[in-house]
Amino acid sequence: MMSAVRGLTRRLPILIPFFWLLVFFLTPFFIVLQISFAEFQYGQPPYVPNFRKVEGVGDFFNQLQMMTLYSYEILLSDNLYWKAFLSSLRIAAVATFFALLIGYPLAYAMSRAPRSWQPILLMAVILPFWTSYLIRIYAWKAILQKNGFLNNVLMELSVITEPLTLLSTPFAVYLGIIYTYLPFMVLPVYSSLEKIDPSYNEAARDLGASGLTAFWRVTVPLSLPGVIAGCFLVFIPAMGEWVIPDLLGGSGTLMIGKQLATELFNNNDWPVAAAVAVCMIMVLIVPIVIFQRAQESDQRRRQEEG
Amino acid sequence: MSRFSPFNAVALTFGFAFLYLPIMLLVVYSFNENDLVTVWTGFSFKWYGEMFANRGFRDAAWVTIRVALISSTVATVLGMMAAVTLVRAKVFFGRTLFTGMVYTPLVMPEVITGISLLLFFVNFDINRGMETLIIAHITFTMAFATVVISSRLIDFDMSLEEAARDLGCSRFEAFMRVTLPNIAPAVAAAWFLSLALSLDDVVVSQFVNGPGSTTLPIKVLSSVRLGVSPEINALSATLIGLVTSAVIIATIIQKTRAVRES
Repeated sequence: MMSAVRGLTRRLPILIPFFWLLVFFLTPFFIVLQISFAEFQYGQPPYVPNFRKVEGVGDFFNQLQMMTLYSYEILLSDNLYWKAFLSSLRIAAVATFFALLIGYPLAYAMSRAPRSWQPILLMAVILPFWTSYLIRIYAWKAILQKNGFLNNVLMELSVITEPLTLLSTPFAVYLGIIYTYLPFMVLPVYSSLEKIDPSYNEAARDLGASGLTAFWRVTVPLSLPGVIAGCFLVFIPAMGEWVIPDLLGGSGTLMIGKQLATELFNNNDWPVAAAVAVCMIMVLIVPIVIFQRAQESDQRRRQEEG
Repeated sequence: MSRFSPFNAVALTFGFAFLYLPIMLLVVYSFNENDLVTVWTGFSFKWYGEMFANRGFRDAAWVTIRVALISSTVATVLGMMAAVTLVRAKVFFGRTLFTGMVYTPLVMPEVITGISLLLFFVNFDINRGMETLIIAHITFTMAFATVVISSRLIDFDMSLEEAARDLGCSRFEAFMRVTLPNIAPAVAAAWFLSLALSLDDVVVSQFVNGPGSTTLPIKVLSSVRLGVSPEINALSATLIGLVTSAVIIATIIQKTRAVRES
């Protein structure tokens, strides 16, 4: 008895976070799955509750029969959802590409800066990440609107005569996502660039490679783990964005995360919102698992080195 | 080693200009006395006065602070336990599941975390309010706390703790007196990060908040939807100022401690 108690207290550091995540992270996904098969009803909650209480085997099958694929039929028949999915994939992919295009040179320049500057530069990249996400998106609203800063500057410089429509366009959404997620690209890329031993590059140069060749064939391949981590850290959350398309995109910008929020908050159709969430998880599970594997093997490598 | 080419200078300038110009414009124009945000007419603290007089903002700020303090503290403790488990226990039943649950919230789109917690609470008849907000914030910030702490714990020399155990410390004592002081900077960073994430969160909060538990970001989101307003500019500038000074002070404290130790 005593040893059982002691065994339990020893395992508390595992058990407490494990159960917390089991209850508040894993179980909710199953509830979403369950409600995606529920029937819609007017009222509170806006779905017919199922499997609240199961009395016997017969009742179980009864309740099983009450489950409906109706929400999924809606998703399949209305091509709005398909379009929103594809458009989210495209927006997330393009935004990730541009975040890499801007982030890689920035991370590279940071890793090449004098040693004493590096902590300051690193902090300068992290700082916008600490300042509110919402405020950073809001800042672009003031810049992009009809009488906003960008239009004012362009008019002043006589580049344009009429203010351009920049807000409520796909362009604004791309910009918002790239801006918000740039630090997530820069940090992992920087940390892998910074680890590269400069003598590798010198060796390549000594063997006759030009600066550019040495960069392409030595630096880039060695920084690949950071690039991959950065791309996942941008792509996966961008795919599910809701606030950015909501604030910067117009009604023309379809994104699946925004569609989910609309079904839930405006249409009050919870089963359809749940079905959208289930589909999103099924699409994202592949990149998430790849990301996790990479994260874990990276940790194992560090542990073996240290 | 550092051959700092013009290309690097351009990349740094362009990158940081892109990151900072929008925020700086926002801060500068918060001192504009005009009702129209983008037309400068004169310097004024007018909108700061309006902001501080706004009861709705004050109540929401108070809710936000309480939720953030509680959830970040719990998340740090849970994150520390999870980090110790992940770094030290090599093999145990459910390890893959556990690592999966720890790392997934890092990348999981917030709308999914939000809707699953909402449906979870509704399904079990839990009334939405401060408590559900705190539970939700702990759940998604814990992952960040775990990653920060475990990256420090990997570098920690386990033999120090073993020495303490050999000298008669209990497992718990050895951890508290040897390991914890060593990983303290990471624990502080994890707490700080969880606090910032919680203070900032809008998406998950929007799903799980209830009447009377409106946080500041939720309030800001609903007014930002309507358009740009000078009062929101003043609020944003205040928050940016607070966060920036907190980060700078924390960095200076860490630096001076590092200097003193060496």
